[in-house]
Amino acid sequence: MTQLATTASVPAYVLRLADDALILAQRLGEWSAHAPELEEDVALTNIALDLLGHARMLLSYAGELLGGRTEDDLAFLRDEREFVNCQLVERPNGDFAATVARQLFFAAYQCELYAALGESADATLAAIADRAVKEVSYHRDHAVQWTLRLGDGTPESHRRMQAGVDGLWPYTSELFESDDLLLALVAAGVAVDPVALRPAWSGFLGPVLAEATLTVPETTWAPSGGRRGLHTEDFGLLLAEMQHLHRSHPGASW
Amino acid sequence: MSPEHPTPRAVLEKVLDPEMPVLTIADLGVLRDVREVDGRVEVTITPTYSGCPAMDVIRADIETALHAAGYPDVVVRTALAPAWTTEWITEHGRRALAAAGIAPPQPTTQGGGPVPIALSVPCPQCGSPDTRPQSQFGPTACTALWVCTSCREPFEYVKAF
Ligand SMILES: [Zn+2]
Repeated sequence: MTQLATTASVPAYVLRLADDALILAQRLGEWSAHAPELEEDVALTNIALDLLGHARMLLSYAGELLGGRTEDDLAFLRDEREFVNCQLVERPNGDFAATVARQLFFAAYQCELYAALGESADATLAAIADRAVKEVSYHRDHAVQWTLRLGDGTPESHRRMQAGVDGLWPYTSELFESDDLLLALVAAGVAVDPVALRPAWSGFLGPVLAEATLTVPETTWAPSGGRRGLHTEDFGLLLAEMQHLHRSHPGASW
Repeated sequence: MSPEHPTPRAVLEKVLDPEMPVLTIADLGVLRDVREVDGRVEVTITPTYSGCPAMDVIRADIETALHAAGYPDVVVRTALAPAWTTEWITEHGRRALAAAGIAPPQPTTQGGGPVPIALSVPCPQCGSPDTRPQSQFGPTACTALWVCTSCREPFEYVKAF
């Protein structure tokens, strides 16, 4: 019974990881040809490409576990309520400083997550995580450098960086929520307990924000629901853009 | 074995990396295993970066090269573990990179911790250690953009990974 429940919940867990990576890749891709300087255009789209690579491996694995579904089926043919990404990654980009704030929060989370997932009892997840952890540590470095430069920069860059932190901070609490699915998979040694990641995440961010002269907002608002398929209003537009080509021309390739 | 009919491995050791064509896929360390089983050639490759767009091209190039050499039945498999590392780039590959003006990767530290920041990457043009990073994300997924303070030339550096 427990074994059966665990087997059924692995693809659900893999989809959470995959959707986080896929949706953030889509958001970062929106910076292509719009970043403040050429190097950032290259950097943000390179990061998007890494995340898309993680998403493709994870979606392929989830499709295999679900039986005969491809990465494309899962990326392009699911509807909004079937996506289980956290809301942080779907928020609109905002200005460059807001994008940097999200990259800082999320890459720092993924560094801890993938380092721990490398020990997963699921060999495929462990292999994907071992590969990904090195990549996301580059993403984190990139975000840290910009956070310091903007936060401790001019009054205007500081104001914008602080606004990015203030706007996105509430969405970080969802990253560390647990539920029955996670509890079962943590017990089975497959999943990482998100609650346990928070101290290391906070410990990393604290000194960075302090050095960047940024403060964490005092708020108890903690939006949630992404893991249950509840998403913010902007998410529908993102999906429409991401999926319309595939849905308009089923089976098209180049 | 006649020279007109090289072994599958000999064929594949000539296949070039599409993004850094001064390297073969063997030099890059992507080619992990080649074997013949009942007339079928089974090739195992390991991706460099997760999102490396060159992997699909490499897969196709492997099939094309083997087909052209008279091996019609080819299977290319991807192995994720163990994860690729720049330590797998051969000595020959490192020299080829440097000769092409691309700085080869510095040694990585073991243990899977945070990415080490290379303290100095010697300039591939003039050899000066007086260089600085311009952007961690270069023209391809595996290179960063650096600038030499001595000769003022920008150059690509294969990130230690
Ligand atoms: Zn130089």
